Amino acid sequence: MDDSRPIFVQIAELIENDIIGGALPEETQVPSTNDFAAFHRINPATAGKGVNLLVDEGILYKKRGIGMFVAEGARSRLVAKRRDQFQNEYVRPLVTEAGKLGITETQLVEMIREEGAE
Amino acid sequence: MSAVVEVSHLTKNFRSVTAVDDVSFTVEENMIYGLLGRNGAGKTTLMQLLTGQDFATRGDIRVFGENPVENAPVLQLVSFIKESQKYPDDFKPKHVLKSAPWFFPFWDADFAERLIDDFRLPLNRRIKKLSRGQLSSIGVIVGLASRAPLTFFDEPYLGLDAVARQIFYDRLLEDYGEHPRTVILSTHLIDEVSNLLEHVLVIDEGKIIVDQDADTLRGSATTVVGTRTAVDAFVADREVLHRDYVGGLASVTVGRLGQAERLEAADAGLELSPVSLQQLIVRKTNVSQKEFEQSA
Repeated sequence: MDDSRPIFVQIAELIENDIIGGALPEETQVPSTNDFAAFHRINPATAGKGVNLLVDEGILYKKRGIGMFVAEGARSRLVAKRRDQFQNEYVRPLVTEAGKLGITETQLVEMIREEGAE
Repeated sequence: MSAVVEVSHLTKNFRSVTAVDDVSFTVEENMIYGLLGRNGAGKTTLMQLLTGQDFATRGDIRVFGENPVENAPVLQLVSFIKESQKYPDDFKPKHVLKSAPWFFPFWDADFAERLIDDFRLPLNRRIKKLSRGQLSSIGVIVGLASRAPLTFFDEPYLGLDAVARQIFYDRLLEDYGEHPRTVILSTHLIDEVSNLLEHVLVIDEGKIIVDQDADTLRGSATTVVGTRTAVDAFVADREVLHRDYVGGLASVTVGRLGQAERLEAADAGLELSPVSLQQLIVRKTNVSQKEFEQSA
């Protein structure tokens, strides 16, 4: 856990990563908040806040008396959300920095292509 | 959620010293609180008042809705683990663990057994002969196994090694998950416990200066680093918690920054770094006016 962002947001992201990475397929049960709390050594209420964040977004849903499950279509929605973030957090600064260094659009595309070829 | 502790305008004087100064707050049920502050800030006095071990000079204390002083039905719901707990001279740890259930109706003997193994506490040695850490582990075991609906740990781990402290945190979280209760943890090792806390109370010179949700508090400050002119321009109309200057460089701690402000700082070539709960509390309890003016 890092200090720059609220822990519950980080917990939500960890679950999202597991869903995107396939470790938590759709319709499988996610660990309980107490499990998350014990594993990450955080307050169970904080872990619960992270889980609830994803419930609010419809990524997880609750089966009464059983626990939390990954919703249908969760993965594709998360991927779409992450693509937007990717644009904002990676591509935009990349273009800004390239502009500062006088790298043209063609050169930038060429550089990305080189990286992809490796 | 209901309040377990309600304190209003509480004051405690010791002759000319005001240890607790007109303090008001509430403690909600089934949350883990951190009671933080410097030495002599009033933490222990406050906990002694809340557990009926001392009399208030002024103000009102309600624990489970009642005054805790000489109130057996309330006090049996309360466990208070002190830094320097004294035991009768000839006591051995087994005597402590045998007598604990007399005072705590929710005592779990099996849990206590497991904790004794975890902490490797020798049951048959005289308490006088125990090491400082072993002595502390008795308190931790009693505090956890008592499962009191309101449990105070006042700097419970003097002399406990890093392994034992980690065991304490792990067992506390596990057991709290299964048996929710209100825990008030007072400590100087803020970084170690900060992720366990749900709510933070900071006391300084007898006054509560922070009473906030731990998550809110965590993001509530940022350190801005860069050239002196750029930093000064950026922080000009903000509340500054701390300033450091080295030559032409400045490092200034300010309050929460929004996304737009973060971008603005990045554009100005400033570096932003998070402030840990421990650093934040050091900043908040350490701002002497003189120091502040000298650096400014």
